[in-house]
Amino acid sequence: MQNTTAPAVSRAEAVKKYKKTSQFGETMKRMARNKAAVLGLIILVALILMSLCADFLYDYDTYVVKQNIADRLQWPSAQHPLGTDEFGRDLLARIVHGSRTSLLLSFAAVALSLAVGGFLGAIAGYYGKWLDNLLMRIMDVILAIPMTLFAMVIVAALGASTLNLVIALSVSQIPTFARVVRGAVLTVKDSEYIEAARAIGQRDLSIISAHVLPNCMAPIIVQTTLRIAATITSTASLSFLGLGVTAPTPEWGALLSTGRTFIRDSSYLTFFPGLFIMITILSLNLLGDGLRDALDPRLR
Amino acid sequence: MRENKSKYSIDIEDLYVEYRTDYGVVKALNGMDLKIEHGKTLGLVGETGAGKTTTGLSILKLIPDPPGVIVGGSIKLDGEDLMEKTEKEMGQIRGKEISMIFQDPMTALNPVMTVEEQIAESIELHEQVSKSEAIEKARAMLELVGIPGERGKEYPHQFSGGMKQRVVIAIALACNPSLLIADEPTTALDVTIQAQVLEMMKELKEKYNTSMLMITHDLGIVAEICDTVSIIYAGQVVEHGNLEDIFENTRHPYTEGLFNSLPNLKDRKAKLKPIKGLMPDPANLPEGCAFCPRCDYAMEICKTQKPEKIYRNDGHYVRCHLYNEENIQEGRLETR
Amino acid sequence: MIKYVVKRLLALIPVIIGVTMLVFFILKSAPGDPVRLILGEQATPEQVAELTEQMGLDQPLLVQYVKYMIGLVQGDLGIAYSTRRPVADEVFSRFPYTLKLSLVATVVSIALAIPLGIIAAVKQNTVIDNVSMFVALIGISMPMFWLALLLMLLFSLKLGWFPVSGAASWQSYILPAFALGFMNMASTARTTRSSMLETIRQDYIRTARSKGVSNSVVIRKHAFKNALIPTITVCGLQIGSLLGGSVLCETVFAWPGIGRLMVQAISARDVPMVLGCTVIFTICFSIVNLLVDLLYGFVDPRIKSMYS
Repeated sequence: MQNTTAPAVSRAEAVKKYKKTSQFGETMKRMARNKAAVLGLIILVALILMSLCADFLYDYDTYVVKQNIADRLQWPSAQHPLGTDEFGRDLLARIVHGSRTSLLLSFAAVALSLAVGGFLGAIAGYYGKWLDNLLMRIMDVILAIPMTLFAMVIVAALGASTLNLVIALSVSQIPTFARVVRGAVLTVKDSEYIEAARAIGQRDLSIISAHVLPNCMAPIIVQTTLRIAATITSTASLSFLGLGVTAPTPEWGALLSTGRTFIRDSSYLTFFPGLFIMITILSLNLLGDGLRDALDPRLR
Repeated sequence: MRENKSKYSIDIEDLYVEYRTDYGVVKALNGMDLKIEHGKTLGLVGETGAGKTTTGLSILKLIPDPPGVIVGGSIKLDGEDLMEKTEKEMGQIRGKEISMIFQDPMTALNPVMTVEEQIAESIELHEQVSKSEAIEKARAMLELVGIPGERGKEYPHQFSGGMKQRVVIAIALACNPSLLIADEPTTALDVTIQAQVLEMMKELKEKYNTSMLMITHDLGIVAEICDTVSIIYAGQVVEHGNLEDIFENTRHPYTEGLFNSLPNLKDRKAKLKPIKGLMPDPANLPEGCAFCPRCDYAMEICKTQKPEKIYRNDGHYVRCHLYNEENIQEGRLETR
Repeated sequence: MIKYVVKRLLALIPVIIGVTMLVFFILKSAPGDPVRLILGEQATPEQVAELTEQMGLDQPLLVQYVKYMIGLVQGDLGIAYSTRRPVADEVFSRFPYTLKLSLVATVVSIALAIPLGIIAAVKQNTVIDNVSMFVALIGISMPMFWLALLLMLLFSLKLGWFPVSGAASWQSYILPAFALGFMNMASTARTTRSSMLETIRQDYIRTARSKGVSNSVVIRKHAFKNALIPTITVCGLQIGSLLGGSVLCETVFAWPGIGRLMVQAISARDVPMVLGCTVIFTICFSIVNLLVDLLYGFVDPRIKSMYS
């Protein structure tokens, strides 16, 4: 009879163990097991570090902007690892500084549309009824226009500039986030813990922020990662068409646009900026896939 | 009637099945034994995760692979060793000789195929008939399980849960198999529908002299339709016998625990005595008897040594250190 | 079914009104006077006033919009600022090129992607699976216009196999269609694979196997149709990015479609032309979405029963 207490002890241990490995910890553990996702994260961190250290690596004025016609259109060499552009500027220096523009722009645009779209989606999903109806019909109208085209229309109206590009990219993505957040809110809204929170008299706003949003983080995180990747492409696309960042600010899409002019004889000008775009998006896609698998193992 | 080569319709001996995942090796079956005589019904009783469904799938050799692997043991269908069959030969056995009724009728049917197509598929495969004849027979099968034949043109989503389970049963019985594996066929159904479905299965089984493996955790169902019972715990049979052996001469503490967990309708003041604790983690089984951590009668030997079979009579055996050749006849567990 | 289609077509009307209104007001809010743009800085105030009146720009925006919509219903998209010719003529003469290119890209990419995704799923974790999924991952990560440039560099400029630009012969379709369809193909293949993997774990697949159906027939007859449902969704979503991509693709290959027309119109600040192109793209996109929804009905009886 001496071991009748054993199960009680082991249950207590199980509870302790459960508490120790929180949801976040579990997710991170699953992520760490996914080699591709870890690789994506490493590449992404390296790229972010590169953009943060751009000024230490290459001085903006001497390397990125200053023209040096004598060295123009040089193929890659020891002095210029990725060659030089039509004004004799070092391509690597311009790509390194370009990463700053590309990444910052895209992060800013996604953050902005996440904030606005998330807010609209949350209130639409939470309050429902006519508000939901009205907001979602407006979102449907925006979604009926292919995203890149809508961004182009906004840039066309506002004029090509960096700020306008951010506005265009974030506005065109608001419906995507609004829909994701609304869907997530709808699934948790009617669950019993929300009912319980309402029953003890919590106010709507605190219910949304304390209970609803934390419980629909998974799809939002995944969608954000994947949207950043798409936004980097869109940033580059619009700059490539001459509708985004303008000279002399270096930006990957704008660099490619220059490269296109010299594609016949200086193909490296086309190759390298595109390669950097691809690696960035690849890392984000790997990370996004990994996050999706880790946050929702059923989706694998 | 078929000519039987062996006394047993199905004979499983010492079967070991593992699921090898990234998270570790899960030992689902650990020396599983199971015998069913022709035309008889065996109830396989145990908790969720004890290896009941794995046993059923092993017979059909449909263990999901990966991660499932049959490590050792033998499965004989009427004397023929299924372990030696090729995948193609198994294809001729599945649905024809052995059929399985799955637990959840809501997900067991293909949502994009009509019901009659799903029944006819089995008939077309195993009998030399044309497509239209197979459809005709499929409708007859539907009538047999109590569904109007013309509803065969409909899709599963147009049927209720109980009707879907009838369809699943019709699929399983379409080719008149010699062995029917029923994996908790009524768990997902309402109580009233449960009784109907069970009654129908019992009739059909008697009509066609089918042997049946009834997987369940409901001792009521066992008492209703089974001839013999195997109590399974952590992938091994811990007690086996006929209805009388198990219900009247219970030996194993786990079996006892199962009975004590049932509410007593006659004495409503009687307290339930649930079995404490949970099934051991099949990825990390105890060294000795698997039931030892939850057993009120556990002894030192139970922690280190696995118990062997002790026979009370030809059909009734138990795996428990409490018993030996001397005390197996009289040894009743005292109530706690 | 027909009732459903009519209902969906009617539901398109408010969306089109909403889209045109949105785009109309965004574009009209652009700084700068289009009349000045056309006439140049030297124009006299009288000339400016005359043209402003002639183009109806002196009227309130809402009146302008209503007039535009009345024109749209009659197939009139206004007069282009840059060419002074009807926008509709220009747009409709270029539209078939965009349509043909997008169709070729879509059909070829889906025709390749679905078998590829299925093979990858069936042969999960083999060399075929790993290689094709790696290629697909690269495919969804490559900016379309970069791929277009690389293709042009290799196959047109270096090897000289295909024309560099234009739409003169069937050979000119190959590179643009490949560039345009590659991303579509990659994401369709990825989705097909994952939905196939999801499907073959379902209970009804086990039921089919328990009937004695062979593995290959299970894949073909039971899993394929079920796995197709999420694939259709993704294909539908991809059409949007394909239409957006056609703008880039047409620019790189100097393709005479409305995508390139739109880029040129934006550079020339030609508001009616931009509006016209956007409206056409949006109508196409909406019709494709409708077709995708109808396609569900053919595959999934559960959805079909909702149509009637």
